[in-house]
Amino acid sequence: MEISPDAWILYEWRGWQLTATVAFTWAVMAILILASWTVTARISEGETVSRWQVLLEVIVTQIRDQIDAVGAEDPGHYLPFIGTLFLFIATANLLTIVPGYQPPTGSLSTTAALAICVLIAVPVFSVAKRGFGAYLKTYVRPTPLMLPFNIISEASRTLALAIRLYGNVMSGTVIVGILLSVAPFFFPVLLQLLGLLTGLIQAYIFAILAMVYIASASRSRAEREEKAAPDATEENEDKGE
Amino acid sequence: MDPATWIAAISILTAGLTIAIGSIGPAYAEGRAASQALQAIAQQPDASDTITRTLFVSLAMIESTAIYCFVVSMILIFANPFTDLATQAAGG
Repeated sequence: MEISPDAWILYEWRGWQLTATVAFTWAVMAILILASWTVTARISEGETVSRWQVLLEVIVTQIRDQIDAVGAEDPGHYLPFIGTLFLFIATANLLTIVPGYQPPTGSLSTTAALAICVLIAVPVFSVAKRGFGAYLKTYVRPTPLMLPFNIISEASRTLALAIRLYGNVMSGTVIVGILLSVAPFFFPVLLQLLGLLTGLIQAYIFAILAMVYIASASRSRAEREEKAAPDATEENEDKGE
Repeated sequence: MDPATWIAAISILTAGLTIAIGSIGPAYAEGRAASQALQAIAQQPDASDTITRTLFVSLAMIESTAIYCFVVSMILIFANPFTDLATQAAGG
């Protein structure tokens, strides 16, 4: 039994292999691009709004609210990156209801690529917001003794992000595959349903964790400034009393 | 028994042990986290949004331990790197 869509080669041309992972990633990308393109092409600000525009507005507003809830000051700044992560993973996982489809997130290559995107996005957003020196200083906080541990945590959380998504999606596929040979009629359907739920939750968690990592790298200085500011000292005095 | 059979037998045993022992901790921890979150929601229904979001994130963090065990046992059963090694050693 194959545990990854990487091994399923759809097409081969002069040594170039098109694996199912790449093909289905393209399919998900095409669906996302076409859907948002057709909806935004007929976007209107008037009183009559198409139902697809309402759907898109609900999605964008919800993602914005969630980013805001995590504690980033400027949600619009992070919306493209976090929203893309969420929509891509959610679409990739939810399309498992289509027969013959294998989620590209069930391959470690896809999830590792997504996790590396997050690994790169954390310093990019942090440097854009606070400058290069301030970003480097986050590694020696609270003391320079913590430098190795900060670096290890950066690497291990990227690994965890990749393995978590991969493990969840892959386990769904594998368990359905095993159950098909044991109890083929009813239980696989139930587990497929459970897989849809897990897939959506994992998409949410991946996006939220990415946002938490980015926010924690770019927020700490703003908090320290707030502490130093005069209006914040009153709060501290209140706490002292 | 030849080495490949030994490796297969031990891999199967280890895979079972990995997922059996490795799921005890996360299951207990998730149960505790969920019960605490339910208690917190019952006491403060207004904060249920924040609590639910934090619960989901922490459940995912806890669950990843079990998922690591699952991935390791899957690798041991379906993609064991040592089986090829033993076959090569026996052939060469």
